[in-house]
Amino acid sequence: MNRHHPQALLGCAALTAVAALTGCGSDIEDNDTAAGASDCGTVDMAINPWVGYESNAHVVGRVAETELGCTMNYVDLDEQTSWKGFGDGDVDVIIENWGHEDLVKKYVEGEGTAELAGLTGYEGIIGWYVPPWMAEEYPDITNWENLNKYADLFETPESDGQGQLLDGDPGYVTYDEALVKNLDLDYKVVVGGSETALIEAFRSAQENKTPLLAYFYEPQWFFNEMDLVRVNLPTYKPGCDADPQEVDCDYPVYDLNKVVAADFAESGSPAYDLVTNFQWTAEDQNTVSEMISEQGMDPDEAADQWIADNQDTVDQWLAAG
Amino acid sequence: MTTVAVRDSGVPTSGVLAALRRRGKLWLLALTVLAWVAVWAATRGTSTQEIGGATLTDAHQWFRGRAAWVEDAASAGTNPVFGLANGIADLLNGLIAFLQRLFTVPEFPRPYPEIGWLGVIAMAAWVTYAVAGWRSVLLVVPSFLAFGFLGYWEDSLDLLIITLVSVFIAVVIGIPLGVAMAHSKIVSAILTPVLDVMQTMPSFIYLLPLTIVFGIGSAAATIVTLIYALPPVVRITAHGIRSVSPSTLEATRSLGQSGWQRLRNVELPMSKRTVIVGINQTMMAALSMATIAAFIDSPGLGQPVLEGLRRGQLGASAVAGLAIVIMAIMLDRTTTAASIRAERAARAGRDDRRRRRLVLTGTGVLTLAAIGVSHNQVWANPFPSSPDLGSPIAAGVDRFADWLRTDLSGLTTAIQEAFTVWFLNPVQDLVANSPWFVTAAALLAVAAIAGGRRALASTAVCLAGIYFLDLWYNAMVTLTSVFTATAVTMVVGVALGVWMGRSGLADRAIRPVLDAAQTIPPFVYLVPILILFGPNRFTAIVAGVIYAVPPATKLIADGIRGVAPATVEAAESAGTSRLQMITKVQIPMARGALLVAGNQGLLYVLSMVVIGGMVGAGALGFDIVTGFRQTSMIGRGLAAGVAIVLLGIMLDRITTHAANQSASTNPTTATHRRRRPLTGGIA
Amino acid sequence: MSDAALSVHGLWKVFGPKAGSIIGTPDADLPRPELLARTGCVAAVKDVSFDVAPGEVFVVMGLSGSGKSTLVRCLTRLIEPSAGSIEIDGDDVVTMSDSRLRELRRTHVSMVFQHFGLLPHRQVIDNVAYGLEVRGEPKSKRLARSQEMVDLVGLSGNEHSYPDQLSGGMQQRVGLARALAADPSVMLFDEPFSALDPLIRRDMQNEVIRLHDEVGKSMVFVTHDLAEALKLGDRILIMRDGAVVQVGTPAEVVARPADDYVRDFVSDVPRSHVLTLRYVMREPGPDDSTEGPVMSSDTVVRQAARAALASEHVVRVVDDGELVGIVDDDAILRVVVAEEEATPA
Repeated sequence: MNRHHPQALLGCAALTAVAALTGCGSDIEDNDTAAGASDCGTVDMAINPWVGYESNAHVVGRVAETELGCTMNYVDLDEQTSWKGFGDGDVDVIIENWGHEDLVKKYVEGEGTAELAGLTGYEGIIGWYVPPWMAEEYPDITNWENLNKYADLFETPESDGQGQLLDGDPGYVTYDEALVKNLDLDYKVVVGGSETALIEAFRSAQENKTPLLAYFYEPQWFFNEMDLVRVNLPTYKPGCDADPQEVDCDYPVYDLNKVVAADFAESGSPAYDLVTNFQWTAEDQNTVSEMISEQGMDPDEAADQWIADNQDTVDQWLAAG
Repeated sequence: MTTVAVRDSGVPTSGVLAALRRRGKLWLLALTVLAWVAVWAATRGTSTQEIGGATLTDAHQWFRGRAAWVEDAASAGTNPVFGLANGIADLLNGLIAFLQRLFTVPEFPRPYPEIGWLGVIAMAAWVTYAVAGWRSVLLVVPSFLAFGFLGYWEDSLDLLIITLVSVFIAVVIGIPLGVAMAHSKIVSAILTPVLDVMQTMPSFIYLLPLTIVFGIGSAAATIVTLIYALPPVVRITAHGIRSVSPSTLEATRSLGQSGWQRLRNVELPMSKRTVIVGINQTMMAALSMATIAAFIDSPGLGQPVLEGLRRGQLGASAVAGLAIVIMAIMLDRTTTAASIRAERAARAGRDDRRRRRLVLTGTGVLTLAAIGVSHNQVWANPFPSSPDLGSPIAAGVDRFADWLRTDLSGLTTAIQEAFTVWFLNPVQDLVANSPWFVTAAALLAVAAIAGGRRALASTAVCLAGIYFLDLWYNAMVTLTSVFTATAVTMVVGVALGVWMGRSGLADRAIRPVLDAAQTIPPFVYLVPILILFGPNRFTAIVAGVIYAVPPATKLIADGIRGVAPATVEAAESAGTSRLQMITKVQIPMARGALLVAGNQGLLYVLSMVVIGGMVGAGALGFDIVTGFRQTSMIGRGLAAGVAIVLLGIMLDRITTHAANQSASTNPTTATHRRRRPLTGGIA
Repeated sequence: MSDAALSVHGLWKVFGPKAGSIIGTPDADLPRPELLARTGCVAAVKDVSFDVAPGEVFVVMGLSGSGKSTLVRCLTRLIEPSAGSIEIDGDDVVTMSDSRLRELRRTHVSMVFQHFGLLPHRQVIDNVAYGLEVRGEPKSKRLARSQEMVDLVGLSGNEHSYPDQLSGGMQQRVGLARALAADPSVMLFDEPFSALDPLIRRDMQNEVIRLHDEVGKSMVFVTHDLAEALKLGDRILIMRDGAVVQVGTPAEVVARPADDYVRDFVSDVPRSHVLTLRYVMREPGPDDSTEGPVMSSDTVVRQAARAALASEHVVRVVDDGELVGIVDDDAILRVVVAEEEATPA
C-alpha cells in the first residue's frame, strides 16, 4: 500500500519548509525613526461627524505622527459622547468644538475631566440657507419675516401641509424646532439625518430649481461649490438663547475652539502643545475637506498634501511650544 | 409521555359555522375601521398628544434622571455591579486589543502587526479545512483575498475579531442556557420573554446605556453584539435538545443512565447538527450587529460604511458593504458545511481518521511556517496595495449613483411621492391624527376581534404604557410606518411565496436570493436605498420591507407547500382552476402560515424602525437616535426605546393570538386537535 | 409469592391534575369518559396485580389505550406509579432511592422498545455496549461482552454499522442485544415487533423463543397482537381500560373467556392450535371404551386430532396415571369444524 506515501511526503515538505523559511531570519526592522524624538505615545482623537472636523483632525494627526512620533487613534463619536469620553479615558482631543456651554460647564468646570485648549482661528456660523437660484428668484426670502409668505413653496409630502425646514444630523446643535414655534413660522422641521443629506438636497434643489430651506453651517467646503444664501433670523443678542425652549433669535457666531482631556493636558505629551498651538483658517479647512469629500482622497493623504504646501504654518505650530 | 391532553371536546363546529364566524370577524373588523374613519373625520387633529421634537416631559426627565444616576454610579466605581462591569470591559478590551495587535494593529516600535496576511490566510484555511472540509477552503481563501484587494484588510479582520469573540462567548453561555431551557419548564418560562426582548428590542436602545456602563469601543461593541446574537443559539439548542427522539431517551433511561450521561452521550450528540445551525444563526446575527456597533466606535467594516455615508462617498460605502457581504456568505457557508461535516467526520473509518490526522498535522506545520514567514518578511505581512479592486468599484458605484441621482431621480421621486401621498399619509392621518382615545379604542377593538380577550389585555397594557411615556403621537406615526411596511411585505411575500410554493423551479431560483438577502446586514443596503429615495419615511419603509420580505416569503412558501397534496389533488379532480386553487384552497389552508409570516413581518419591520430614524423616518426611531446622540435628549430616547418595545409586544400578542384563534376555528386543524387522542400518554 | 421474579400488587397509575386523590374513592370505579369529565384525570392502570415466576414468559395484552404500555413502564418507574407495590427479585421498587433504582435498571431489568430507541450516532457495537458503559464497565470487557451479544442475536459482521444503515428487524436485534448485554434477571418488551413487517415479525418472535430457551430469563412481553401473545406467552394478562380482565394460560383464555370482551377477542383464534384436551373432555362414563389412545390433558387439540380420529375408540385423558376425562370424535370435530366455519377463506 503506497497510500501513505503522499502524507509522508507532505510532512517532510512541511518540515523542510519551516526549516528553510524560519531560517531566513527577518527583514522587518523596528521603526525607530521617531523613537528618539518621542515620548508621545498614543493620542485618542475624537472624530465628530462632519468633514471639516476630519480635516482638522487628520492635519493635526499627521503632524503629530510624522514630527512628534505619536500614534494616532481616531475615535468616531458624536459631539456629546466625545465629551463624555474625556472622563473615561477614551478621548484625548476634540479638535473643533461648537460652543456646548452646558458641556463646558459640566466637564470643565464641574468634573474637571476636560480643559479648553484655545481657538481654532475661524468662526462657526449656523443658520438657515436657501440655494442661490431661490435668492435670485425671490430676493426678499432672505428676511425671515417673509418666510411664511413662501411657506407653500417648501411644502413636501413629509411636511404635513406646512413648509419644510430640512435639518441635518440628529447630533448637531440646533434650536430649529423652538425657533419655528417662537417665531410663529408655518414650517415643520424634517430631519435629513446627515451632512451628506443636506449637501445632496442643496445640489438637487439647485439643479432642478426646486425650493429648499435647510439648516447649514460654515465653514463648509460646499460653499466652494455653491454660494448658499443665508436667511436672516432676528439678530442674536446674548442671553436670547438661554432657555432652549424659548429661543427666538438667530444662532450666535461661535468662536470654534479645541478641548482636551485634563489627563492629556497634564501628561506632558508634545502632542498637547501641538493641539493648543494649532490654528488655521476656514479656507485652509475647506481645501482639505474638499480633497477628502469631493476628490475622495484618504484623509491622511489630503492632510499630507496640505502640510507639504503649508510647511511654514506647520512649523509655527511646532515652534510656538 | 406523562401529560395527557385534556380538552373539552365541546360542540362539534361544522366547517360552515366556522367559515361564517370567520367572515363575521372580517365584517366586524371592517365596521371598526369604518366607525374609526367616521369619528376621525369629525375629530381629526384634536387631542393627538403631539409634542414638539425637542420637548421633554416629566416622564422623559425621569428617564434622564435614571440615566444620570447610572452614569454617576458607573464613573464613581464604588458600586460593585459597575465594578464588575468595568472588570468585564477591561477583560474584553484587553482580549480584543491583544487580537488586534496580533493581526491588525502594529505595536510600536514594530511597524507591522505580529502576523501578516500570509499567516492569517493560512490559519483561516487550516481552521476551515479542519472544521468544514477542503471545499470550504476554496471559498474562504478567495474571500480573505477579496478583503485585501478591496482595500479593507484590517477593517475586515477587526470585524471578524469582534464577531468571533462575540460568537465564542455566545456559544459558551448559550449552549448551557439552551440545555437548561430544554430541561426545565421554569427556566424556559423565564428565559423565553427575555430572549424575545433581546431579539426585538432595537439595538440603539441599549447602545447608549451600554456605553455608559462599558465605555466606548470594543467592549461595549462586543456586549451589544452578544445581546443580539445570543438568542438564536439558546433557542435552537433548546429546540435541538427537545427534539431528541423520546424513544431513545426512554430506552437509554431504562438502562440506568445518570442525568449527566444522558446529556453527554445522548442529547448533545443527537442535537449536534441543530446546535451548529444555531451557531450559524448566531454568527449571522453577530456579524450584522458588529457592523452597526460602528456607531459606538467598534473597529471593523462598519466604520468605512458609516464614514462613506457621512462624507457622501457612496462608492466607498458600497465597497466596504461588499466586503461585509462576502464575509457574511463566507461565514454562513462555512458553518453550514461544518454542520454537515460534523456527521460525516464522526462516521469516518479508522483509516480515514488516521489519514485526516496526518494531513492536518502536515498542513498545520505549513500553516505555522506561513505564520512565521508573515511575522518576519515584509512581503508577507502588510497586504499588498495592488491590485486595487476597491477604487475602481467605488468609482463605478459613484458614477452609477450619479446617474441614479440625475437621470432616475424623477422616477424615484415620483414613486416615493405617490406612495407617500396616496397611501402613507392617509393612513398616518387616520392613526396619528385621530384623538388618542379614538385610536386607542379602535386598536383595542381590533385586538379584541382578531385576537380575543388575551390580546385585548396585552394591547390595553401596552397602549397605556405608551400613553404614559408621553410619546403617543410619535408611537402612532411609527405604528403607521410599521403597518404600511408590513402590508407591502405581505403583498410581496404572498406573491412570491405562492409562486415558490407552487413551483419547485421558482423555489429553487428564489430561495437562494432570499437566503443571501437575509445574511446581508441591513446597514449595507440602506446606502443604495438612500441614494434612490432620499431621507424620508418611504426610504425607511423600503429598508424595512427588504429586511422583512425574505423570512415572510419563506414562511408563506412553506405554508403553501405544506397544504396536503391529497386536498390539492381532490380539488383538482373537482375541476378547480388555477386561480381558484390559489384563492380557495391553498391560501385559506395556509392561513396559519400567513399569520405567522405577518407576525414575523411586523417584528422584522419594527426592528428596522430605529435605523429608519437615521434616514429621515422621524418618530420613535428619531427620538432614539437623538437620545443616543444628544445628552440632553437621553431621557426621551430611553422612553422611546421602551415605547418601541411596547409596540412590539402589542403587535406580537395581537397577531399570535389571532393566529391561534384562526387555528381553532379552522375546520381542518380543529378536527386534528379533536382527534388527538385523549389517552395520548397511555397506549 | 416470595419466589416470584416479579410481583406486582394493587398497582395504579392515574394521569391528571388530582391524580393522587382519586384512588380509593368511588370515582376510581367510574368508566374512563366519566372520570375524565368529573375530575380531568385518566386512570391508565387500575388496581393491577400479578406475579411472574422465574423463567416465565408473561404476556400483557390489550388494545391501544388499554394501559399496557404504561403498566410495563411503571415496573421500573420509567413512569412513576400512583399507588401499589412492585417487587423485583424481592426488592421493593416503588420506594427505592434514585441511585438504587438506577442500579436496578443497570443490572436487574432491561427493556426492549417498540421504536428501538437506538443512538443514531453510535455504531451497533457501541449501542449494545451502552448499558455496560453507563454502569462503568471497563472498555475491553464491555466490548467483549457486546460482541458476544451481537453474535448471539445474529448480527455478526454488522458491528460497525450505524443504526440507520440497518433494516427495522436488524435494528430491533440491536435493541435485543443491548437488553441482553447487562445480563438482567427480568426483561421487559414493549410491543417490540409492532413496527416490523409480518414476516420479519415472525422471525423475531422465533428469535425470542430461541433466546428464551438459551438464556432463560423472566420476561414481561407487551403486545396488542393476540397471535403473538398466544405464541410466546406462558401466561397472558388481558387488560382493558386499565384494569385486568383475565389472567391465564393461552388455552384458558381461549377456552374460558372471562367476559364478552375477551370472547370477542379470541373469537378468531384457531382454537385447535391453542385448546388442550382439558377443555374439550367430558367426565368419563362407565360405558366408555378403554381401548382408545391415552393422552395427557395439556395436549393441544390439533396434535390429538389425527390419532383420535384414526382410532375407533375414544381418547382417554390421563394425568399422573389417573383417568381425568374422555374425548370423543365429536368433541374434536366441534373444535376443528367450528374453526373452518369461522374462517371461510
